[in-house]
Amino acid sequence: MPYPVEQNEKFAAYAHPERLVSTGWLAAAIESGAVANGELVVVESDEDVLLYETGHIPGAVKIDWHTDLNDDVTRDYVDGAAFADLAASKGISRDSTVVIYGDKSNWWAAYALWVFELFGHQDIRLLDGGRDKWIAEGRELTREKPAPAKGDYPVVERNDAPIRAFKEDVLAHLGKPLIDVRSPEEYTGQRTHMPAYPEEGALRGGHIPTAASIPWARAAADDGTYRSRAELEALYLGEAGLAAGDDVVAYCRIGERSSHTWFALKYLLGFDSVRNYDGSWTEWGNAVRAPIVKGAERGSVPVAVGA
Amino acid sequence: MTTQALPTALAAIVDDFQAMSEPERLQLLLEFSEGLPELPDRLKDHPELLEQVVECQSPLFLTIETEKDGGPAGTVRLFFKAPAEAPTTRGFAGVLHEGLDGLSAEEILSVPDDMPELLGLTRAITPLRMRGMTAMLGRIKRKVAAASGVRS
Repeated sequence: MPYPVEQNEKFAAYAHPERLVSTGWLAAAIESGAVANGELVVVESDEDVLLYETGHIPGAVKIDWHTDLNDDVTRDYVDGAAFADLAASKGISRDSTVVIYGDKSNWWAAYALWVFELFGHQDIRLLDGGRDKWIAEGRELTREKPAPAKGDYPVVERNDAPIRAFKEDVLAHLGKPLIDVRSPEEYTGQRTHMPAYPEEGALRGGHIPTAASIPWARAAADDGTYRSRAELEALYLGEAGLAAGDDVVAYCRIGERSSHTWFALKYLLGFDSVRNYDGSWTEWGNAVRAPIVKGAERGSVPVAVGA
Repeated sequence: MTTQALPTALAAIVDDFQAMSEPERLQLLLEFSEGLPELPDRLKDHPELLEQVVECQSPLFLTIETEKDGGPAGTVRLFFKAPAEAPTTRGFAGVLHEGLDGLSAEEILSVPDDMPELLGLTRAITPLRMRGMTAMLGRIKRKVAAASGVRS
């Protein structure tokens, strides 16, 4: 049974208001017992693997993007059987309404949400503003780990094609819109990793030809919530030059920051066809003969590509 | 590599980690993150005296000081700063602080570079995150070597 959707003026302007919840709404839902009785499952997903343990939203379970969602051998996500086990162990059933939140304006939460969608989970929502907003508002945190009743989750094979792009897909996509959500230094090729972040190894710097540079954080307000529909339109329709109906691919370094942008394009602005290229720069910047543009200009599609 | 090669305090920490299950190890790392001492005021007011270890996923700053009157070799003191929102990074710093603070330069330089792997956290935390701790240890050893004139 889907849990009722939040109604408010900000969300109503978005293409899919049912994909977001506010901190106030979640606090009220917890108060009403919806989390305790399993009507609503709250999931925390952070960059730091121990952050949940320092205190989390009451009733929330933890899913770690690295140890839970990534396959530990192949560079890929877990398969249907592993996902079903994971979901069930967290008290999630196939028809559960799941609210995800996390640190850093929901980077990792959006990434986890995107992985849930690879498995076609229907009702999954983001907590607008994430962990930081919840804490900034002085809301309750606990260290008590819930022991949810096992969920009922079938083995569903991932369906990557609608929302996930591989390198070959991106090569075939060249000429259609791409959004690069990394920092300006990464886009121009001045550096190959995030400022003050570990070097994860890319042999070349720069961006995919024709990609527009819209760093992910520009979609977020100071309190970590998504910007209003009008602001997002100014950013992606105005500055990036997207048009309604476009087929869009977003990328970053490993696909986490671009999940945040993917969410904004797909659910807040309503683009039907948006894919996240999770191979991102750690694949493209190492791939032999992948075309690259350096500097601040978007560049043009190389003639030889695909020939 | 065995813990016998490690300084006593660090060997004891490694033994504690190794005796535990994976979830308990994470809990212990959390305790180390909470036990990391605050910076003394003289460093708090002078962030420029600390160096950032950029290999860590979250901002971590550290510095060392050598106490000249602490015996013939000098005693090395370690100072770390990492935000509360980065408990894993703080936990690594806490382990290195408890295991190495107050030792001599020679003792610190004798710690094997791959010591973090002995904690048995690699699977629970992932190799990517463990890299931050290895980088932290490497930075400490380089600074100690430079300060003491001993080659690592």
